[in-house]
Amino acid sequence: MPRIQLENLTKKYGNVEVLHGIELDMEDAEFTVLVGPSGCGKSTTLRMLAGLESVSSGEIYMDGKPVSHLEPKERDLAMVFQDYALYPHMNVARNMSFALRLAKRPQKEIDAKVLEVATMLGLEDYLARKPAELSGGQRQRVAMGRALTRDSGTFLFDEPLSNLDAKLRGQMRAELAVMRQRVRKNMVYVTHDQIEAMTLADRIVVMHSGEIQQQGTPEHLFKHPVNKFVAGFLGSPPMNFLDVELHYRDNQVFANGKGFSLRIDADLAARAVKQSQRHCTLGIRPSDLDFDANAGNNAALDLKVSVSEYIGSQSVLICECGEATVTVEVKSETPIALGEVLRFAVRSDAIHLFDSETSTAI
Amino acid sequence: MAPAAIIMLIALFYPLVYMVYGSFRDWDPSQRLSETDFVGLANYVKLLSDEAFIESLTVTLTFAFVVVFFEMLIGVGLALLLDRNLRGMSLLRTLFILPMMIAPVVVGLMWRFMYHQTDGIFNRWLTDLGLDRVDWLGQHALTSVIIADIWQWTPFIFILSLAALQSLPRSALEAARIDGATGWQQIIHIKLPLMAPVLIVTMLLRLIDAFKVLEVILVMTEGGPGLSTEILALRIARTAQEFRELGEAAAMSNYLLLLLMVLTLAMFGFTRWQEARAQKLKMLQREEEG
Ligand SMILES: Nc1ncnc2c1ncn2[C@@H]1O[C@H](COP(=O)(O)OP(=O)(O)OP(=O)(O)O)[C@@H](O)[C@H]1O
Ligand SMILES: [Mg+2]
Repeated sequence: MPRIQLENLTKKYGNVEVLHGIELDMEDAEFTVLVGPSGCGKSTTLRMLAGLESVSSGEIYMDGKPVSHLEPKERDLAMVFQDYALYPHMNVARNMSFALRLAKRPQKEIDAKVLEVATMLGLEDYLARKPAELSGGQRQRVAMGRALTRDSGTFLFDEPLSNLDAKLRGQMRAELAVMRQRVRKNMVYVTHDQIEAMTLADRIVVMHSGEIQQQGTPEHLFKHPVNKFVAGFLGSPPMNFLDVELHYRDNQVFANGKGFSLRIDADLAARAVKQSQRHCTLGIRPSDLDFDANAGNNAALDLKVSVSEYIGSQSVLICECGEATVTVEVKSETPIALGEVLRFAVRSDAIHLFDSETSTAI
Repeated sequence: MAPAAIIMLIALFYPLVYMVYGSFRDWDPSQRLSETDFVGLANYVKLLSDEAFIESLTVTLTFAFVVVFFEMLIGVGLALLLDRNLRGMSLLRTLFILPMMIAPVVVGLMWRFMYHQTDGIFNRWLTDLGLDRVDWLGQHALTSVIIADIWQWTPFIFILSLAALQSLPRSALEAARIDGATGWQQIIHIKLPLMAPVLIVTMLLRLIDAFKVLEVILVMTEGGPGLSTEILALRIARTAQEFRELGEAAAMSNYLLLLLMVLTLAMFGFTRWQEARAQKLKMLQREEEG
């Protein structure tokens, strides 16, 4: 519910600074997803928000009020821990109802709520079991259930679905998406899963070594990454990067690499000219390459297919392009023979260019 | 291996068998055991109506349960208070366990001086404050020896509780904080239940030890005044040496032994029960995965 602001938040463990000035504004009832490689500080950020870690400098505001000195229970939040953090001596039902029991809610209400959440999570047959008697995925669902029985203003999720099988994960994702529509809560969600991040988020925040790289809607980040890191991090399979040299000819800009020369769209070309770029990195997503033998010379890559990974209706081809490796996503029925050199059309509006020194987008 | 085992068995059980055998006989220290008369359960029956023995048994039980109760209360309480990472905490913890390292006889002597009617520190304080002196080792002898024992053995409980506390899953406590538990509620609902297995074993160990206490009381009061602090161990020694009733003394020791055995069995039973439970959990889990 509250509007949450992180202002120049830093975290130090001893002399090591692991978060360097996090600036983040989360609107009322917004679903924020934190993504980033392992160890980049996602859990730390979440735990500071929860009040489990002290703030080294900077401030956290909820609805404009500074809260960094408040105890977790005064911040009105529920949390799913990365390591579940279940109470080992309580059975599933008591784990899930602990907060409600502390709040002295009527027993009837507690029972009803626990049953409702347990049913949603497929845990109704396990209510009497202790955490040690559950599988990893079941434990994770209990952790999730413990948060969902709460009626807090803010929900913090630290990789809450990481241990579930694909089908269950899909179901839970859908449940979360429904819940997100139905209840007006603030949710902050950490995940490694691209699909979760893309489907659930109102706002994705990409972090790297304790810093926010970029934040915005999933679509914005996917289409307009500010740097090579964000571009490579979002999207699966990840974006291809090729070293190119820009050539200016007949008022047009061409990106030349080993064995290819691609024409750059006017807008992007203008920006490149303005920055007088010469050496840079060209980025193209695997899904923006189409098998097309008749594509023009300046809008295609000739790739030698070395591996084909079948993943159902789509196949991922791993190809050679000079010394670089390029992955391509094609429909599985595309007739492909390994070892062949094939021509793939490049959608010109899907080309990204990055400064080869600073990695920022051009 | 076999000879070693036999020697061990003899070394362990000979005194025990000797004592049990002796307890069925009318036995004066001047006699050899073979010269004594068999009296069946007479020694045991006689003890049951022996007021001095009953008194001594009551003193022992009172002493043991009272000291263990307070030691648990203070030891666990201190552990809960000092379970935090503040500067100087490790020094404080080391200081707390000093009493345990002092030889019991020395502890007894120390407290005897402190309880001294005129020169003891307690009574001097009391007179300085203008209050009446307390007859520590006379009228209040049992309370006084209980206090001394609590002073000596609380650190034992403290150390074990602290170790138990520090091995609790941190994340469960964090979850409790998020769930809105106050400090007290964390103790009642999370910390104590999770510490319970260690606490129960610690308590039984202390109880067994408290039944056998001897030195401190011997030095402080020698069991007096009257029978007020005559714990079983002392009573047994006196029965054997002063009253020259070896058979009776042996029967008394057997009563004590029986009591300790029940407690020990309770402890083993408890750990066994726990292991069985853990085993069952594992089996259940394997079934699930299989
Ligand atoms: N208690 C601690 N003491 C010292 N360093 C810590 C501590 N906790 C975390 N760190 C460091 O802080 C950094 C961020 O950790 P954090 O747990 O936030 O990563 P994360 O983004 O959640 O990673 P993952 O995706 O693997 O969960 C890491 O480099 C980690 O080593
Ligand atoms: Mg983490």
